[in-house]
Amino acid sequence: MKLTGAQILLKCLEEEGVDVMFGFPGGAVIDIYDEIPNSSVEHILVRHEQGAIHAADGYARATGRVGVCLVTSGPGATNTVTGIATAYADSIPVVIFTGQVPRALIGNDAFQEVDIVGITRPCTKHNYLVQDIKDLARTVKQAFYLARSGRPGPVLVDLPKDIQQQVTEFEYPDSVSMRSYKPTRKPHIGQIRKVVKLLKKAKRPLIYSGGGVITSGSHEDLTWLGQTLRIPVTSTLMGLGAFPGDDELFLGMLGMHGTYAANMAVNNCDLLLAVGARFDDRVTGKVDTFAPNATIVHIDVDPTSIQKNVSVHVPLVADCKPALASLKAETEGTLDEFDWAADHKPWVEMVQGWAKEHPLTYKDDSENIKPQFVVEKIYEITKGDAIIATEVGQNQMWAAQFYKYARPNTLLTSGGLGTMGYGFPAALGAQRAFPDKLVLDIAGDGSIQMCIQEMMTAVCNKLPVKIIILNNGYLGMVRQWQELFYDKNYCATCMDAQPDFVKLAEAYGAAGYRVTEKKDVEKTLREAFAVDKPVIVDIRVEKEENVYPMVPAGASLTEMLLV
Amino acid sequence: MSKHTLSVMVENEPGVLSRVAGLFSGRGFNIYSLNVAPTLEKGVSLMTIVAEGDDGIVEQIVKQLRKLVPTIKVKDLTELQSVEREMVLLKVNAEDSKRAEILRIVDIFRCKVVDVSVDELTIEVTGDQGKIGAIINLLNRFGIKEIARTGNVAMRRSMQIEL
Ligand SMILES: Cc1ncc(C[n+]2csc(CCOP(=O)(O)OP(=O)(O)O)c2C)c(N)n1
Repeated sequence: MKLTGAQILLKCLEEEGVDVMFGFPGGAVIDIYDEIPNSSVEHILVRHEQGAIHAADGYARATGRVGVCLVTSGPGATNTVTGIATAYADSIPVVIFTGQVPRALIGNDAFQEVDIVGITRPCTKHNYLVQDIKDLARTVKQAFYLARSGRPGPVLVDLPKDIQQQVTEFEYPDSVSMRSYKPTRKPHIGQIRKVVKLLKKAKRPLIYSGGGVITSGSHEDLTWLGQTLRIPVTSTLMGLGAFPGDDELFLGMLGMHGTYAANMAVNNCDLLLAVGARFDDRVTGKVDTFAPNATIVHIDVDPTSIQKNVSVHVPLVADCKPALASLKAETEGTLDEFDWAADHKPWVEMVQGWAKEHPLTYKDDSENIKPQFVVEKIYEITKGDAIIATEVGQNQMWAAQFYKYARPNTLLTSGGLGTMGYGFPAALGAQRAFPDKLVLDIAGDGSIQMCIQEMMTAVCNKLPVKIIILNNGYLGMVRQWQELFYDKNYCATCMDAQPDFVKLAEAYGAAGYRVTEKKDVEKTLREAFAVDKPVIVDIRVEKEENVYPMVPAGASLTEMLLV
Repeated sequence: MSKHTLSVMVENEPGVLSRVAGLFSGRGFNIYSLNVAPTLEKGVSLMTIVAEGDDGIVEQIVKQLRKLVPTIKVKDLTELQSVEREMVLLKVNAEDSKRAEILRIVDIFRCKVVDVSVDELTIEVTGDQGKIGAIINLLNRFGIKEIARTGNVAMRRSMQIEL
């Protein structure tokens, strides 16, 4: 069957099982848009290309599938760069299609030409400029394969306009073979046995779980290991939801805004089993004093993550899924002869003692609404059964601390890059994937203004995302640093000049609520959650509330500022 | 800080050189020399990269290079016994009075004169870094007017002999 490049692209997407893509048209992709009505792939028109890439990313995080985004050349393509870097930092599988000027004009500073392959080289897992229509189908196949296999990540495919128009025979390859790309997957059984030996010997083991557990879909085995062997579990921001957040063995996040119990546990454990986590500097604090008493085991699919920031005693390069499955298989056989629970009891008690001594808390000492209180209420009302996206800043940390994530893929947050403006469009992507779920964006008044234009996308596409603005009138997280470390020089962080968020919602055809009194928080949230359209709830919270505990940048994990 | 010679085999596809080079620059890591050319195998190129850095950084670079999708194989030749060669063209001042002496040096070093004019000689030198350094030192006092270097190419020795 002879097809044009544009038709081939859409056929490929159908073959990959893509049901939706997020995009914004332009001259360099008009041929593809011309074919969209003939395809089973739905297109969701956003209002800014950053919205398209974040929505594709949110779709990917919520479903575990590959998210897809389509934009035009030049400014369309460059507008996606922040979102690409966001997905790259968090290893999220997305495929980005960008239009490019016709091949004959490439390199001539043509209208709307940029070298997007060059621009995105350092923030994609891989990228392609398709130079020959005969390569198109194979390239798309590879792009999807690369995006989701190994350590997942964004892959960009740049499509010159004349390639979209050329005609060739369509044939979708059924497998990918790349001699240079062979991601390691299976763990080395000898290493696994070594880990089991270490686990048996350890008196104070701790599991440190990261986003890799979620991307690889291995949360069940992680949960089994923690619960059956009675090992306390701490998590990175990205790993929240992999282990049930309400389990008594769960210590919450560690690191800069981690819990007292988690940070103390890291400091005192004798075995740290890191799984799919990469020892980010926000997690380790001062590296020299990180887990000073522990033998460290590190399971990661990406060899570059191992030995990068922290020196590891037992490296294990493998996908978390087969690695944890294999750890489970090897320990299952010990359950008769080895009493894990008794062995770990004193340690579990010690850890739980820390958790009791300094639980995550806040001073509810004023008439003002405390932002933490709002997040607690959200948890209570939703009973943990919602998908939560966040913006970046204090709102993000409170959403991570005070909502107990019970399942993976329910917290969508920009962990590695910390992208303000991420949460709302990501929530739209998740809502498209799960139309019947309650999807919330917990936001700051600063961040929400970065992609608020997507409210129109939400309204048009009936994506009833609820935005909860923890409105403190500040770029709160930066203000917190200014307060603590810069002598309260609040330069450029006061945001009290604001749009009327209620009217703004209404202007778009969404619903808007404002809450200024504590007693109205719960009632209004319930009402807002029941509305069948997008909603903004503008909650005026305590203006100078801080996120605690806090480990100052560069300090050791035990040097926490507490509430 | 020490010099490491990395031998990197890659798919010869567009952009691969800048992908590799970008890994170094993105980490503030300096490339001392870089040589790229096709191999016997169709579609495969070999890069020889000499770079400076401490062992930890070099280990990261090697891993990052391996992670690049078009990379087939990476070897750090520094730990292995290897053969290294560089080719250099030198244009040297050579008035009559100096010419005999320069030619004697050329002879001792087994170099080749590849171009001659009234007052200049162009010399081709091939050798390891020691030899190249030595001849540049010797010829410097006559005045080297121009220099063009290929950068190192390197290969692991077939026999690794314990000394
Ligand atoms: C795109 C972008 N620009 C700047 C920053 C730096 N930054 C980190 S947190 C923050 C403050 C966020 O303020 P707001 O959204 O109001 O949230 P709050 O901290 O008050 O909850 C800023 C400016 C960032 N993370 N992302």
